[in-house]
Amino acid sequence: MRAFTYERAATPQDAAAALAGHPQARFIAGGTNLLDLMKLQIEAPTHLVDVNHLGLDRIEPTPEGGLRIGALVRNTDLAADARVRRDYAVLSRALLAGASGQLRNKATTAGNLLQRTRCPYFYDTDQPCNKRQPGSGCGALQGYSRQLAVIGGSESCIATHPSDMAVAMRALDAVVETIRADGSARAIPIADFHLLPGDTPHLETVLEQGELITAVTLPPPVGGRQVYRKVRDRASYAFALISVAAVLQPDGTGRVALGGVAPKPWRVAAADAALPQGAQAVASALLQGAAPRPDNAFKLLLAERTLAAVLAEGRA
Amino acid sequence: MKFDTAATTNPIDRLRIIGQPADRIDGRLKTTGTAPYAYERQDIPGDMAHAYVVVAGIAKGRIGAMTLEDAQAAPGVLAIVTAANAGELGQGKMNTARLLGGPHVEHYHQAIAVVVAESFEQAREAAQAIRVTWLPEEGNYDLAAARTAMGDAGQEDDTRVGDFEAGFASAPVQLDATYTTPDQTHAMMEPHATIAAWDGGSLTVWCSNQMVAWTRGDLALTLGLEKEKVRLVSPYVGGGFGGKLFLRADTVLAALAARATGRPVKLALPRPLIANNTTHRPATIQRIRIGAGRDGRIAAIAHESWSGNLKGGDPETAVDQTKLLYAGAHRLTGLRLAELDLPEGNSMRAPGEAPGMMALEIAMDEMAEKLGMDPVEFRILNDTQVDPADPSRPFSQRQLVECLRRGAERFGWSRRQARPGQVREGSWLVGFGMAAGFRNNLQTKSAARVRLDGDGGVIVETDMTDIGTGSYTILAQTAAEMMGVALDRVAVRLGDSDFPASAGSGGQWGANNSTAGVYAACVKLREAVAQALGFNASDAVFEDGEVRLGNRAVPLAEAGALSAEDRIEYGDLAKRYQQSTFAGHFVEVAVDAATGEVRVRRMLAVCAAGRILNPKTARSQVIGAMTMGVGAALMEELAVDTSRGFFVNHDLAGYEVPVHADIPHQEVIFLDETDPLSSPMKAKGVGELGLCGVGAAVANAVYNATGVRVRDYPVTLDKHLARLPAVA
Ligand SMILES: Cc1cc2nc3c(=O)[nH]c(=O)nc-3n(C[C@H](O)[C@H](O)[C@H](O)COP(=O)(O)OP(=O)(O)OC[C@H]3O[C@@H](n4cnc5c(N)ncnc54)[C@H](O)[C@@H]3O)c2cc1C
Ligand code: SF4
Repeated sequence: MRAFTYERAATPQDAAAALAGHPQARFIAGGTNLLDLMKLQIEAPTHLVDVNHLGLDRIEPTPEGGLRIGALVRNTDLAADARVRRDYAVLSRALLAGASGQLRNKATTAGNLLQRTRCPYFYDTDQPCNKRQPGSGCGALQGYSRQLAVIGGSESCIATHPSDMAVAMRALDAVVETIRADGSARAIPIADFHLLPGDTPHLETVLEQGELITAVTLPPPVGGRQVYRKVRDRASYAFALISVAAVLQPDGTGRVALGGVAPKPWRVAAADAALPQGAQAVASALLQGAAPRPDNAFKLLLAERTLAAVLAEGRA
Repeated sequence: MKFDTAATTNPIDRLRIIGQPADRIDGRLKTTGTAPYAYERQDIPGDMAHAYVVVAGIAKGRIGAMTLEDAQAAPGVLAIVTAANAGELGQGKMNTARLLGGPHVEHYHQAIAVVVAESFEQAREAAQAIRVTWLPEEGNYDLAAARTAMGDAGQEDDTRVGDFEAGFASAPVQLDATYTTPDQTHAMMEPHATIAAWDGGSLTVWCSNQMVAWTRGDLALTLGLEKEKVRLVSPYVGGGFGGKLFLRADTVLAALAARATGRPVKLALPRPLIANNTTHRPATIQRIRIGAGRDGRIAAIAHESWSGNLKGGDPETAVDQTKLLYAGAHRLTGLRLAELDLPEGNSMRAPGEAPGMMALEIAMDEMAEKLGMDPVEFRILNDTQVDPADPSRPFSQRQLVECLRRGAERFGWSRRQARPGQVREGSWLVGFGMAAGFRNNLQTKSAARVRLDGDGGVIVETDMTDIGTGSYTILAQTAAEMMGVALDRVAVRLGDSDFPASAGSGGQWGANNSTAGVYAACVKLREAVAQALGFNASDAVFEDGEVRLGNRAVPLAEAGALSAEDRIEYGDLAKRYQQSTFAGHFVEVAVDAATGEVRVRRMLAVCAAGRILNPKTARSQVIGAMTMGVGAALMEELAVDTSRGFFVNHDLAGYEVPVHADIPHQEVIFLDETDPLSSPMKAKGVGELGLCGVGAAVANAVYNATGVRVRDYPVTLDKHLARLPAVA
């Protein structure tokens, strides 16, 4: 960890401005991801701007009938919110499937969206990694890749985005709200928020330097049966091998997104459309063009079988 | 005291305190966070400096250049020690690779430097500023490739009884199968940590170590000191599992750093470095052949195991149990060692039998199925009460059959469906599995000093360690029973090389031997007390804080502050009798029919392991071991990058061990047993027995649930997913 300076921002715009001219500065929210990365010198910011005291910790109804989740709402509070549990159960379930109680008490909505990959080569500074050190190569491509992406990756990087919460938000068509240093705000559909690696795997989202997430909004509830199924090697406290977030309507239509298979929460319009045809059709639409490695090819079959179980649960 | 004939009745047999489920006497310290672990000690005089380790980023080769200037100039830095300025270092007897490497690199994350600074943060930042250019060399990292290259040739040191090849060839029912177990890391909670301080030419290290005398000796050898100049203190150990049996880099580097700075220095190995920097359990490839008659009697059994290690290292002794567990006239066992450039392999959680039983007990399950026999009955049929290689050598005690029968009854084994893949509960496939448990009992000399404080209290001093097992408590129970005082009148001081050398903690030999050492010292002390108070030692009764004979009773306190030291040593009983411990392990699992995820539902272990000194601490040992068995069966694996030569998932996010949610109902039954041939305590090891066999019981239950046989551990869902029934 490098020595760094620290400030506590007073308003969202101050926070954004504090980072704007400062490529080596970062926001810190719960710190559950950033601090670990700093200790290993995977991230080495020289300045931290604490965004915990900006009043962005409320969950409020929107005029359209949806919910606006402040960027600093803790994962625990979001999962326990009665409106979320009633109207967006897939989100509550996804949150509770992630990390541990202690971590969820600290982890924030924005921090969760921005958490970085768990690729083990990314975490080992003695190994090549294009995401950590652009141009150094990708250790995982020829190495151990059991956890990594089967689709959406590139010859530069096959890392997955590890969030559970984001997969549910993708199924719910959430929108990320931000503020920039000049005070301008924008709303980014979650589908467009994360980037695929291409040959720039170090660029992970469309956020500009200094752009602060202020909230995530959920459109009005869509009802249906809401399922989050996370598959892993142990019963708790493990990242997903794959996960399925699904909203299933009684007429057989619905939405479905996958976690653990791609560099971002993975949803494909054709797969939603294929829902009435069953799991195989959905899986092949979702995973068309997949390029698995020998270590992780099992994820294709696992996704299909898990989808089948989720659809059966939806029908039940 | 020399123990060379069967124990007769002695004061331990009163079982007023021994054999009772006493709470851990260190429990309050542990649960309140006040037991000072090595890194947290506040009582070391002097101005503490902090050290951080720098490690090799390649698996094999040399350091081209190491640029230290930025680190040296960093704030707070006091010294940087490398092989170039450390002075000449020796090599510990138990170490294969050097603990301070450079310019040669022998394995990934081998330590190559240590940075000392005023604060931990400064040391870490400076360590990260050291730039190294590497000159990598080709290495061998792939056990499977090495095994293929080695072929099936036997070796001179193979153990042979009868004519295995002929016996196997003529057996009407045969199994020839290969099983694999992965590399594993100990994953103990407390990392390796040391505080070191010099006083002139004398060194004291406060560290976390299971074997005080071994490690003190190896530290002296490494630093070129006389053993007497080294004191090692390790009173609390936050888990070891074999990872702290030996001198490791934390202790050597802290000592060098303290010497370079003239200050006490503390150092802990960071978690992500532990898997590659320290030792691990080596992976194995095990071929097992069993030939039996149609009646189920084993005629021929062979077990060969391939494992890798650094040049000069040892193989994983995965075939030992196969020499002893089942009958059969024709036998072959052999170990094959491949030279690999992965980190150093060594003991972990029941080395040998843990991975060996994982393979053997699946093979037995497969064989039972081929024979159309119940797996419990197949094992019972092939029980032996003597060493199969030497029928003149009986087992000192062997209640394997009783363990299996009792376990089967208690578990409801009769409800098991012999045909696999038949039981469905909702979305779960349900299966039962079992395995025998087996682990040898080892006799090792062990010394202790026992003192009277002159006020009716007793003090026990020995360098024995308590690695979370309950040593403090059972040693106190032993002294209390022998001296006739209440448990709370005994103070136990452990883990200090100034105290008499004990057996230490490893190989499940700690409890029986170290309590026997305290027993020996107590026998001597009783004689001194009797003499001081004018009693005949052999007739005097030590009870309720008094010494009594006839109608004369004298408070123990009146004997004054006496002290006695002795050790237990063993004759040839272990040669004349095979000493082993036995168990029956039973497991029920559920497998998600869609995803293939395996979840254990309930577990039972029935153990026969001599006298149980404290049923509460023994049970804790066994349920902990059963948990390790679930880890080994279902998730624990160090993933090898066979081109870069290292363990990739080297932190606790990547290396999964069971969490609470993975561990359901666990039941442990101890059979009533005393073994007068093991020691005056009539006890044996029990902790590691709780692990040996569990992995196979889980794997066999998974097979029973799914009908898909997985022979490569861990049994993760990807290994059976494609063969599970279609999702409805
Ligand atoms: C052991 C462990 C297990 C875990 N398991 C899981 C799991 O199973 N599933 C899962 O989904 N997650 C898991 N996590 C990840 C966890 O969810 C994230 O660490 C957490 O959500 C990050 O939130 P935070 O507030 O602590 O982020 P921080 O660490 O504070 O920040 C993360 C990043 O977000 C940036 N940032 C924070 N707030 C803002 C903002 N308002 N605007 C712009 N940028 C911002 C920071 O600059 C930083 O780059 C696990 C983490 C750990 C340590
Ligand atoms: S997959 Fe991506 S994160 Fe992992 S090593 Fe390759 S570039 Fe780095």
